[in-house]
Amino acid sequence: MSTYRALVAKDLRVELRTWQSVPAMALLAVGTFVLFRFGLDRTELEGTLAAGILLVTTLFAGLLAVNRLFVPEREEGGFETMRLAPVPAAAVFLAKATVLFVYLAIFGAITLAAFAFFFTPDIASLPLLLLVILLFNAAISVTGAFVSPIATNSRSRDLLVPILLIPLLVPAIVAAAQVAGPVFNPSLPAFSSYSGWLIAAVLYDFVFAALGLALYDFLLDD
Amino acid sequence: MAGDAANVAVRTERLGREYGELVALDKVTFELAEGRSLAILGPNGAGKSTLVRILAGLLRPTSGKVRVLDADLPGENWKLRGRVGYLGHRPMLYRDLTIAENLDFHARLHRIGDAADRIGELLDQVGLRRRADELVANLSAGMLHRADIARLLLPRPEILLLDEPLSNLDPAARDTLGAMLADQPVKARLTVSHEPERAAADHDEVLLIGGDGRVSWQGPAGEYDPDAHAGVYAGALR
Amino acid sequence: MTARSVLYLALATIAAFAIGFGLVFFWVPNEADQGFIQKIFYLHVPLAIVALVGFIVGGIHGLRYLTTRDANHDVRSYIAIHISVIFAVGVLITGAIWGKGAWGKWWVWEEPTLVSFLIVALLYCTYYPLRFAIEDRERQARYASLFAVMAGAFVPLNFAAVRMAESFLHPRTLATAEGGLPGSMKLTVLVCGIAMALLWVTLARTELLIKTTRWRMRRLERELGEAGAAGRPSRVAPVVPPTEVGSD
Repeated sequence: MSTYRALVAKDLRVELRTWQSVPAMALLAVGTFVLFRFGLDRTELEGTLAAGILLVTTLFAGLLAVNRLFVPEREEGGFETMRLAPVPAAAVFLAKATVLFVYLAIFGAITLAAFAFFFTPDIASLPLLLLVILLFNAAISVTGAFVSPIATNSRSRDLLVPILLIPLLVPAIVAAAQVAGPVFNPSLPAFSSYSGWLIAAVLYDFVFAALGLALYDFLLDD
Repeated sequence: MAGDAANVAVRTERLGREYGELVALDKVTFELAEGRSLAILGPNGAGKSTLVRILAGLLRPTSGKVRVLDADLPGENWKLRGRVGYLGHRPMLYRDLTIAENLDFHARLHRIGDAADRIGELLDQVGLRRRADELVANLSAGMLHRADIARLLLPRPEILLLDEPLSNLDPAARDTLGAMLADQPVKARLTVSHEPERAAADHDEVLLIGGDGRVSWQGPAGEYDPDAHAGVYAGALR
Repeated sequence: MTARSVLYLALATIAAFAIGFGLVFFWVPNEADQGFIQKIFYLHVPLAIVALVGFIVGGIHGLRYLTTRDANHDVRSYIAIHISVIFAVGVLITGAIWGKGAWGKWWVWEEPTLVSFLIVALLYCTYYPLRFAIEDRERQARYASLFAVMAGAFVPLNFAAVRMAESFLHPRTLATAEGGLPGSMKLTVLVCGIAMALLWVTLARTELLIKTTRWRMRRLERELGEAGAAGRPSRVAPVVPPTEVGSD
């Protein structure tokens, strides 16, 4: 879909030129880690505590990106552009979700390194950890792409993004924590103890992606 | 209507648009045949911009019927995608991209085949060829407007809906670009304007909307006498 | 829908509740380990089920608004969610009382059913700020409907996901395995459930009637040119459009 690629390329080009989202996210994460280092008075983390801190920090950073995602569309005629051109709403949804995912992936790489540096956790299986983080990123991307235009078109965008997004993402974070918790240990427990949660995480992503695709026409309409 | 030989480009029937208790348009009825142009006049706040946005499919009416080209709005909105050229108050250009990048983006969205040639041709016509690689954020209001006109004409729209297209331009640019817009091979051209004399001179027909959102006068431009309607403008502060 | 039909509904509700309470207090045996406090279960479970169904109804109306743009659906969606939120608060309160009485704790984080219900309730509480933050009526209705659909789909998902966890404390109320309910309890829950559903419908109809009447009054006032005895329209609740009250 060349429309999809054009939309993604446009957003990434703007980000590369202005760096409005990713650096802010990374700074937030590092700042949060420092706070936790002192607030918890720990230099080592493991298990569910480690997972929780990493995932929640990712979520908050994701909020920043979601906040900004549709601002140019609102202020620089993007909504009109998309409605006047033969652009399928689904393409916009997928493009915006992709952009969020890319930001979160770059951010995730930086953050994981910082996290490992600050808290030296044991990581029983790096591939599994990466998988969980990517699934969680996908969850944020898909729900964020849905919530962002709603919040941007209202009077209190900064308020609406967190209060709409956080409850929606709780199941995703629960599923991710249940898998990531065991990973932050010297060795991994039996696959069956967390396989259900892994499936739940995948299911969550699919269902919300499907919902987003189905409903996006109405979102962009007006 | 029976006996209509020419095709109708735009037709509205008792079109209304309310914002809560505020009435922007009230029972607006008019028709514009293909190949004709219409100047939409009226005082500030008279709902002219609202009318144009409804015709562009960007806004839903709260009552009445609208038909643009072969589409009954808002239900058949999708038929008009890519065929309507809309120029609003705010340019549809991203500030952090260059003019060329913006036009290229629009070309890709509209799936224009000869994009590079078309972009070059339009940049020449609006006089921005040398500025093509400048960021939109750095442009003056006049240049921004000219870039937006290039953006408007890029997909070769069938109908032009223009909201004060010449307002940010110096007199020389106004003449050139005004002529350029008037010469476009489109099925209809509707322009909102705050300059009754000039607009009446540049268009075939005139639609005057009063402060109450109702049609105050409509007819051929030749018969429009601005002085006779000065009252519509004067009494319209609300 | 007239005031009279709402009256009949209200009477039916009262009757159902009377029967329900009769069953609860005079017929159904006490549950062995939990004692008398367990009776609040007959309030808690029906409230929960009706609230959740109410949320889904809100989602259905939201979807119908999106496909028809008929503001009647938006009003019904708003009312459904509005009343279900109140019921949801009731669920949390009765749940806490039950928990304290039966197991000694006001709230148990490890219990998935409780926590999922809390999440759903919190999610729907954001419905009000969402509506309030959007001034344009149509956009407000559209976004609220989108939210109602998204959240309505979220409800079953949330609970399905939670089923995968083990629950040690919260009894599976309708399970048929060894933790199942004896027949008398099932019947009582059913009757109380019907009563609660009737209550929900009565409240919904009443609110719809009030809104419709207020709208018509305001319109009459506008036509007569007089100012608002009917009060200013709420910014959160949708405005009822011009349909006859009798057509429902």
